[in-house]
Amino acid sequence: MKPLRSFDDNTHLYGRIWGIIAALLIISYPFVCMIIFGASIDWGLFASGASIIILYCVVGAVETFTYTPMLGSGGTYLGFVTGNLSNLKVPCALNCMEQAGVEKGTEEAEIVSTISIAVSSIVTMVILILGVVLISFLTPVFENETLAPAFDNVLPALFGGMAVVYISKNWKISVIPCVLMLLVFIISSYATGSGDLAGTLIGVMVPVGVIVTLVSSRIMYKKGWLGENGAAQTEVPQANENGEEDK
Amino acid sequence: MILQLNAAQFDKNAPVLYVIVGIILAVVVAQAVFFLVRAYRRGIKIGMSKQVLNKTMVRAGVFTVAPAIAILVGIVALSQKLGIPLPWLRLSVIGSFSYETIAANIFKGNVTDATAYVTVALVMTCGMLVSMFLPLITGKKIQRGLMKMRSKDKKWGEIFMTALFLGMISAFLGYVFGGVGEGGSGWIPVLVFFVSAIVMALCGLLLKVTKWRWINDYALPFCIIVGMASAVPITMLLG
Repeated sequence: MKPLRSFDDNTHLYGRIWGIIAALLIISYPFVCMIIFGASIDWGLFASGASIIILYCVVGAVETFTYTPMLGSGGTYLGFVTGNLSNLKVPCALNCMEQAGVEKGTEEAEIVSTISIAVSSIVTMVILILGVVLISFLTPVFENETLAPAFDNVLPALFGGMAVVYISKNWKISVIPCVLMLLVFIISSYATGSGDLAGTLIGVMVPVGVIVTLVSSRIMYKKGWLGENGAAQTEVPQANENGEEDK
Repeated sequence: MILQLNAAQFDKNAPVLYVIVGIILAVVVAQAVFFLVRAYRRGIKIGMSKQVLNKTMVRAGVFTVAPAIAILVGIVALSQKLGIPLPWLRLSVIGSFSYETIAANIFKGNVTDATAYVTVALVMTCGMLVSMFLPLITGKKIQRGLMKMRSKDKKWGEIFMTALFLGMISAFLGYVFGGVGEGGSGWIPVLVFFVSAIVMALCGLLLKVTKWRWINDYALPFCIIVGMASAVPITMLLG
């Protein structure tokens, strides 16, 4: 056990060191710009953004407690620097762990999660650098009204595929949170007559969904209803690295 | 100071801003490379096969392409107002397109002076302070708590992890339906969701019939691309 602990301890140490360096650099940007341009902060304008800052700090706290257990130690330290968690890093890590056939929460899962988030971060950076270099060529394409809906619908496209895999494999655990979330979002949409609320609501509903799922799973587990981890024997394209299809 | 300009010389696309952003992002990439190499070596050491680790890298890379292009679209969208360097930085590190857009909109119209620029940049940065520092404080405690829980009851530990993921997926399932009250256009993400889901089910069927295991590697990225592409004709019909 000792080498495992030692590696784990070092992951936290290196994660914190890199995290602090990255955070200080990110925070320095507006202040460096102040020095370069000899500008000052417009505190009136800043105050008008205070409520947004507070809201997103709360969301940040909630995301920390929600995503940290999913990503493992290395994945967490890296993911919370490189961002784009719910729309890229978490689904990417989840997909890679599932495909590698590793048991979630183990050291193997930690390694697969860290590798997937690291590669995803590097690939994202490369694509964004290429995009920035070629921005004058790409802008007409990205601003094309016909193509715009494709870029607006990444999340539904991403979670449609994932939902089939995970809900079909764990349908007992999925029923309660899925029904609840559908009700909350559909009712809120009809109540307001728009979809504007959904964007704000999702930040709150991810942890709510997680808590509801944990509580309902715990009850079912205690009652002995989750015989095979709540799994249904459904064929979905997930096979582990040993060539054995997960059932 | 050699790089010092003045407020009158403000340019939201000034070369010096690209240099600063480049330096910050180089450090972030270095962190990613550091953790990648470390995890890879550890994987080999504990007996994981190189094939698993290499395939994980390929899968992660392929998976990332479509969502990363969508992030690039976000940079383009914000670049009118803020220039390129600031959105490039903000969407390459912890943050989100929705937050950066809301934060940018505290200033009406396109940012043309240095004071507004640094203030908007500060608001964007401050909103992510908790996300940047809290994981550094709580990460170890949370992970240790999970290890303890797994050692006490392994089966519940597995269910716990599965429940975490499903909680997130259920929230995004609801989110997809969050615009149906609008009528026609609100159903676009719902239909895109179902197109992606159907494609995934068909991939599963194809895998079962043909036993082509490579389908497994590309099924989800393929679903994302087909789903995104389907949004175009769906929008023409319903938008």
